[in-house]
Amino acid sequence: MNQADKKQLIAMATEIRKGAVEAVHSAKSGHPGGSLSASDILTYLYFKGMNIDPQDPKNPDRDRLVLSKGHVCPGYYSTLAHRGYFSTEELKGFRQIGYMLQGHPDMKKIPGVDFSAGSLGQGVSAACGMALAGKLDNKDYNVFAICGDGEIQEGQIWEAAMFAGAKKLDNLCVFVDNNNLQIDGTVEEVNSPYPIDAKFAAFNFHVITIDGHDFDQIEAAVEEFKTVSGKPTAIIAKTVKGKGVSFMENNVGWHGKAPNDEQYEIAMNDLNAILAEVK
Amino acid sequence: MAEMMKKATRQSYGEALVELAKTNPKVVVLDADLAHATQTIMFKEVCPERFFNAGIAENNMIGVAAGLSTCGYIPFASTFAMFAAGRSYDQVRNMLGYPHNNVKICATHAGISVGEDGATHQCNEDIALMRVIPGLVVMNPADDTEAKACIKAAVDYQGPVYIRLGRMACPIFNDPETYKFEMGKGVQLKEGTDVTIVATGLMVYEAIVAAEKLAEEGISAAVVNIHTIKSLDSEIIVKNAAKTGCVVTAEEHSIIGGLGSAVAEALAEGCPVPMVRLGVNDEFGHSGPAGALLKEFGLTADNIVAKAKEAIAKKK
Repeated sequence: MNQADKKQLIAMATEIRKGAVEAVHSAKSGHPGGSLSASDILTYLYFKGMNIDPQDPKNPDRDRLVLSKGHVCPGYYSTLAHRGYFSTEELKGFRQIGYMLQGHPDMKKIPGVDFSAGSLGQGVSAACGMALAGKLDNKDYNVFAICGDGEIQEGQIWEAAMFAGAKKLDNLCVFVDNNNLQIDGTVEEVNSPYPIDAKFAAFNFHVITIDGHDFDQIEAAVEEFKTVSGKPTAIIAKTVKGKGVSFMENNVGWHGKAPNDEQYEIAMNDLNAILAEVK
Repeated sequence: MAEMMKKATRQSYGEALVELAKTNPKVVVLDADLAHATQTIMFKEVCPERFFNAGIAENNMIGVAAGLSTCGYIPFASTFAMFAAGRSYDQVRNMLGYPHNNVKICATHAGISVGEDGATHQCNEDIALMRVIPGLVVMNPADDTEAKACIKAAVDYQGPVYIRLGRMACPIFNDPETYKFEMGKGVQLKEGTDVTIVATGLMVYEAIVAAEKLAEEGISAAVVNIHTIKSLDSEIIVKNAAKTGCVVTAEEHSIIGGLGSAVAEALAEGCPVPMVRLGVNDEFGHSGPAGALLKEFGLTADNIVAKAKEAIAKKK
């Protein structure tokens, strides 16, 4: 990736993070930590990796994305808004009565949302169904799913992984946002999912481990996925929960809490400093 | 009544799927390693390219069906009622119900008539679980003719549907040549003036027999077949209750949360009259031959007769 493109993606990811923090601050509730850890993955997919058109969000030939860890929708909504599916003004109505941006993604209400999510562990199954439909229709679209590293404690994830491997869904790519934290502590403290890569490999996935904040690595992994035949791909993305906001980074307390006004100012200053550096 | 042809509604389902394989290229079928029991195997035999076995993983099966539906397919997903409605409740609610995805769950082996497999497999709670999910249509056909009509209606309907099917062969009392089915509309099988019997599933035939026995004793019983438990045809229930002054419900399901509860809700708001619920009481089943279990749990025409008399006595 050339430097100009990379700078553009970093700037966009930072704007997306600002939108996510703004949404949570304005709602006085929501999930900032995981939104910030997944922002670079979302940015890459919606601004480079996926074949999508915000003006035609239901196009049957489009690539699809299922945000299985649906609670990190502040980052997702901010991505969709910045990509042009709807106005960034909508972010201020997040979680409010009379507005479309629900506390968890709603495919019926929100343009660009390919599948509803919220109850953890379910999204990879839906993504498998979409990938299977692509095979049946002889279409060449790809389906992406994003899971949390805590979320993969859910058994249904492994039912879906077994299915995807057994049915050779090579048009399916599962990202694991491996930020190492969940509500009650580190993933190891709570109930360790490690080794994550070996688990997916055992379910007949092609597995790639990357730094989930490095756009070169994200791009290389997605391009590699597109070349893999006969098996699904899992991209284990090592990330930092709360990435970009100093006091949220690697802090378990920021899973599902809104910043107060003072914290909001600090967060915006942190993110604006990144923007200034890139520009 | 003359001896009738019998067929299990799961068999009707398999036959209906074979028709759909020929006529509707958007129909796909999923099963969870029970294809020989649910009869989806019949579809696989004629249309293997549109049949997917999820293995023993029902939650994923429902999710895969949901994903397929977003791409324009009409998935039929099958397993036993216990696992479709029980194990996969969250998936049915959040992946099918909430997004109103166009998936048809055909759950076989419902109720006590599962027989020998015993309590773990005898789901007497599925109607209760399914009818509380907003926007999910719940149907419980009474015989082969009606089961096929339910499946056809489910294909024509845009949205999630739960169809409750049985393992045991039941009399085919609806004439396929003349039977008219409308989703959400009860069927007036017999007019009456003394008591209304509202039945669903395999208890509908028992209700017809019960009404004949009551007639022999000079009691005029109306019989209403509720094949669609949701949306419930409250109108036909209220109309009959107003005419007869008392109601008996009959179902192969817990008396809590099923047809009896749905009818009680309709009557409480529309026409409060004495009623008696016949179904599986608040208890689990156990192993045994299906017919013997139905007798033991009182799911018989004779017991409907007894309950009808109880209901009539309550009027005084």
